[in-house]
Formats: sequence, structure tokens, C-alpha cells
Amino acid sequence: MSELLNVPTMADFMAQGKQPEVLFWVGCAGSFDDRAKKITKAFVKLLNKAQVEFAVLGTEESCTGDPAKRAGNEFLFQMQAVTNIEVMNAYEIKKIVTACPHCFNTIKNEYPELGGNYEVMHHTQFLKTLLDEGRLTIEGGNFNGKRITFHDPCYLGRANNVYEAPRDLIKKLEAELIEMKNCKINGLCCGAGGAQMFKDAEKGDKEVNIERTEQALEVKPDIIAAGCPFCNTMMTDGIKAKEKEGHVTVMDIAELIANAQDL
Amino acid sequence: MNYLPNVLFLIALILGIVYFTKNVKKLVRNIKLGQDVDVSNNKKQRWKNMAMIALGQSKMVRRPIAGLLHVIVYIGFIIINIEVLEIIIDGLFGTHRIGLKVLPKPVYGFLIGSFEVLAVLVFLAVIVFWIRRNILKLQRFWKNEMTSWPKNDANYILYFEMVLMSLFLIMNATDSHFQSLNSGNIISQFIAPLFNGASENTLHIIERGAWWFHILGILIFLNYLYFSKHLHILLAFPNTFYASLKPLGQFNNLESVTKEVKMMMDPNVDPFAAPAEGAEAPAKFGASDVQDLNWVQLLNAYTCTECGRCTSECPANITGKKLSPRKIMMDTRDRLEEVGKNIETNKGTFKDDGKQLLDNYITREELWACTSCNACVEACPVSINPLSIILEMRRFLVMEQSAAPIELNTMMTNIENNGAPWPYNQMDRLNWKDE
Repeated sequence: MSELLNVPTMADFMAQGKQPEVLFWVGCAGSFDDRAKKITKAFVKLLNKAQVEFAVLGTEESCTGDPAKRAGNEFLFQMQAVTNIEVMNAYEIKKIVTACPHCFNTIKNEYPELGGNYEVMHHTQFLKTLLDEGRLTIEGGNFNGKRITFHDPCYLGRANNVYEAPRDLIKKLEAELIEMKNCKINGLCCGAGGAQMFKDAEKGDKEVNIERTEQALEVKPDIIAAGCPFCNTMMTDGIKAKEKEGHVTVMDIAELIANAQDL
Repeated sequence: MNYLPNVLFLIALILGIVYFTKNVKKLVRNIKLGQDVDVSNNKKQRWKNMAMIALGQSKMVRRPIAGLLHVIVYIGFIIINIEVLEIIIDGLFGTHRIGLKVLPKPVYGFLIGSFEVLAVLVFLAVIVFWIRRNILKLQRFWKNEMTSWPKNDANYILYFEMVLMSLFLIMNATDSHFQSLNSGNIISQFIAPLFNGASENTLHIIERGAWWFHILGILIFLNYLYFSKHLHILLAFPNTFYASLKPLGQFNNLESVTKEVKMMMDPNVDPFAAPAEGAEAPAKFGASDVQDLNWVQLLNAYTCTECGRCTSECPANITGKKLSPRKIMMDTRDRLEEVGKNIETNKGTFKDDGKQLLDNYITREELWACTSCNACVEACPVSINPLSIILEMRRFLVMEQSAAPIELNTMMTNIENNGAPWPYNQMDRLNWKDE
């Protein structure tokens, strides 16, 4: 499969004196986490299929600083931000797409004041545009009639009011979109945000991801759709803890669409 | 003519207003203890938010039952207060129902009739509120922070409203002249028969009593506000006006840090240079006490009416952690009050009392339990932002005290060393392509 992936870097484009249509910001999870890497690849397959001229920063990409900022380390955040902005401005980047809502939020909202002004899209928004422009088509295929529930990532939903793009994509799969009791502005966190991903939870009577998984299981889905690599991990762990691996799978929207077309 | 009642009324009115003004001044002084923050942008959107959220109650009705009941009490409160205008004029000039003299009878009847209907609706709504709190024991009213004063305060407000509404109706029912007009006594005509046996004189005494207790009750209630969560009826307006207009996910970038980072990145800066003579001391990063927060955050604290919608949506609280966004706001307010009293006893300056918001009020365990999901911010019907306070206090812990939980220190060291929260080499960032 890997030989099919065409992943040029900004350096490649620069060498040819060209500009890509969009920079794909892969993010730390998308680069290093085994589960999230699959999402990255699925999204790249879709970009390749739609013949989008994109580039990645590759080894020139570095953490946006989001977890440091939410943990209270503004200093480290701004060091990361300024470094990344310097790299991106040097490449004269105008448009960015990312599959991570945390990177999305940080670059979109917190970089401008520090000198980084870009048009930033979440991958679900970008895929939606590709579909609207007819550059990509979806057939229901494998997901016809499947019950899919969407878990809103906090940093996509409440933080940036993006609720419809991922849902529109699920509907295009001819799947049955079912909503959990807490969804959209009332969506319950998966438990990973605010740097919680990197530490144990404080003492309580339950893990947040278990609570959220239970809400998802209440609506008896075949698939829990996610739009964030961290939510994906938390929900996958939740499903394992509830011993439902055989019945329910957690998939990113990009994976759903790529799978629908057997990419 | 006997002017005693007019004089007594004037004294009561002046006392009520003077004492209230005194407390409002305290409130403003305390809020101004906060750091400056620029909220001068986009006035149009700010007015719109105030109109929609505070005046229009748009976020209250997201929970339909509580929302509807609240709208009733809110509208009742505002409209019935028109009647207070008449009471004040009557009280000052010794007139009786001045409205009847200046308005056509049907108009006056319509007004008082509407007030009576609203009074009954408010009374009923308040009863339901009381039942929800004390009989049904809705979970959010029975969290750890809702004991002693906060619990009693909520009930006192409900009793106050019940009494005020009853007095208004009794006043109308025992006013035989008003009853004889048979206009506007839409509710009180059914209460009037209860007093059938009473002599004219007794009726008059009851009517006067109800009138006096009604207006004195209102003045007392006005002055109760400062000591109560009920301040929200006033502060909801400025609070929704000054609330952040940015996307909820956008956390502020600390300017003081930007300055330092720029200096670090500038090759022309002499790293060994001594600070210039008279240079201002480096800013404190984050917040450990209320004075480190900005004034909008302090206004937030006074605006909180402890409804607990934030806490009931908080993922940490739902799963049994100590964090409760409502408690963050209550602690901030209580500490601010303490600081304010300290300033009063020390003739205008704050004397270190060995206490601070961090640890003495808000524990580290609470601060580290937050997932920064913004559920609390979204849930608040009056645009309070508990998350911004949590973040400021985390900033203090991390940047001033290096007191992050050990796993977070590891995460941050990784970002510093290799540009990712995990210990992977930055040079391996594109390896996924070929795996």
C-alpha cells in the first residue's frame, strides 16, 4: 500500500519553485501514534484520489504547543508557535488543513496574534469542500444502513462551532446518523483535552472516556465516528474497557470515507 | 394633615438607597482590584450579546423547565416593579394610587390586572423552584459547595419573593376602594372574600400593613443583593456585555511572555545585560490570588448565581472529581470579598493575610482535573468563564512554581527537546509515509 502514497514535502515544492494548494499539518499524534497514523494515511489517500496538490512539512513540523499552553506553560507554547510560524511564513503558506482539532484550534485562533495568519481548515471541512466541488465522490458502499454516531471533539465543536461538516460527510455515506444524548454544543468531552491525555486523571469514581463511551453505547451504534486522534484513542480505550470490540468500532471520518471507496 | 408617614417613608427610602449605593461602591472597588483587560472592541456585538443573553434570556431556555420558570419570575420582577413607582410616589406625597388619577380607569385596571396575574405566576414558579431544590433535590443544588450559606441564601430569596408577591395581592384585596372599582382586581377579587368579616378599619390597617411591608421588603431585598448570589439580576447585564467575543477555543496569549520570547529569539539582545535603572519588575505569570485575575473575571465571580449548570456539564465533576466550575467562581468571589474587607480594615491598602486564592480556596487537585472542554463556559446562562481562571492558575503553578504534575513535566520536556509530547525524534516525523 505504502508505495501508493504520494506525500511531497514543502521542501520538495520549494525546490521546484512551486506552491501547493494546501499544507497538510499532520500533527504529533498523526505522525507518531500508531492508531492516528492510520487516519493520516486515510486522509492522504483521499487527497491523492482527489488530486489535491498538498504538501507536508515533514521533519520541519513541530508540536503546535497546544498541550503546553493548556497545561499552563505559555512560555513553551509561544516558543513552539514562533518557531512554527517562522517556518510556515518562510514557505509563504496561506492555507492549512489538519486532522487534529487541537492543532486546528491553536493555529487558527492563537497563531495570528503571534504573526501566523493562515486559512485553517479541519479535514472534515476540507473533505466537505472537495465533495461540494465535485473533486471527490462518496458511495455508501460498506456503510450503507450502518448506525453511526458522531462524537464531537471539544476543540472542533464548542471551541470553534464546527458541527455540521463531519455530520454532512456521514450522511453522504448513506449511513444512519444517530445522535448521543449529549451532542453538538452539549457534547461530553472524551477526557483527553487540556493536556489530560498525558497524565493520569485525578481521583474520582469513573474515567471520563468510560462515561462518554457509555453514552455512545446507549444509542447502539455500529460505528463511533471521531474527528480527533485523541478522542479516537479515548473512545477506543472505552470500547475495550466495555468489552465491545467485536461489536463497535471507532473510526475517523477520513477513514470512513476512504474505506467506503475501498481505498 | 399628618406628615409622619411621608417622612418615615422618605427616611426608609433614603436609608435603603444610601446603603445600597455604599455596597455598590464596594463592589466596584473590589472588581477594580483586577488587572486591566481591553474590552473596548466590537461594541455592536457586545450590545447584541447583552440584549440576547441577559435581556432575552436566550441561554436560560436551553433547559426548558428551569428556563420557562425563570422567564416568568424575570418578567414578573421587571413588570411588577412598575408598580413600585406608584408606591414610591404615593409614599412620598401621601397620595393613594396616584395611577388612578393620571391614567384612565381601564388602563390602570389593565396594568394592575397584569401585575396581579404575574404575581400569581411568579408565586407558583417560585414554589416549583423551591420544590426542585428542597423536595426533588436536583443534584446540582446538592453538590459539596452548596452547604450552609449558599444553600440558605437560595431559599431565603425564594421566601422573599413568595412574601413580596403575597403582600402585593393582599394589599390589593384589602383595598376596598380598589375592589369596588372592579377593574384590575382579576386575582385579588378572589382573595378579598377571605377578609369579609373584617371591619372597614381593620381592612384599612391590613392594607396599609401590606403596603408598608411590601415596600420595606423591596428595600431590604435590594440591600440583600450584595450579600447574595442574587446580584446576578444586576450584574448579568454588564457581564454578558464584557464577556469574551473570541471563539471559546482561543486562549489569550500572554503579552509578557511574548516579550520574553522575542527577546530570546533576538540575536542582538545582550543576555547578560542588567535591567535598566527604574525598569518595571518582570510581570508575574498567571494567577495565585484574585488581584492577579483580570477585572472581567472578578465581575464573573460576583455575577455567578450558583445555578450549577456549569458543574452539571463538567466531565470532571460528572465522573466524581473534586473540580466544580461553580466552586471556582464561588471561591474567587469569597476570596475577593475577604480581600475587600482586608482593605477596609487596613485603611485602603491590602495587608498580607498569609492567604491566597490558590490552596486556601482552590486546590491544585481541582485545577489539574480540568479538560479545558469549555462545557462550563457554554453552559453558563450569563457568560461566565470559569475555564479562564483555571488556566491562569495553572500558568502560575507551571511558570512561577514549576509545580506541574510529573507526567506533564515529562510531556513538556519532550516538546522542548524533540517537538512532540512523546519522546520521538523530530527527524522521524515523516516515517509514517513508508510504514
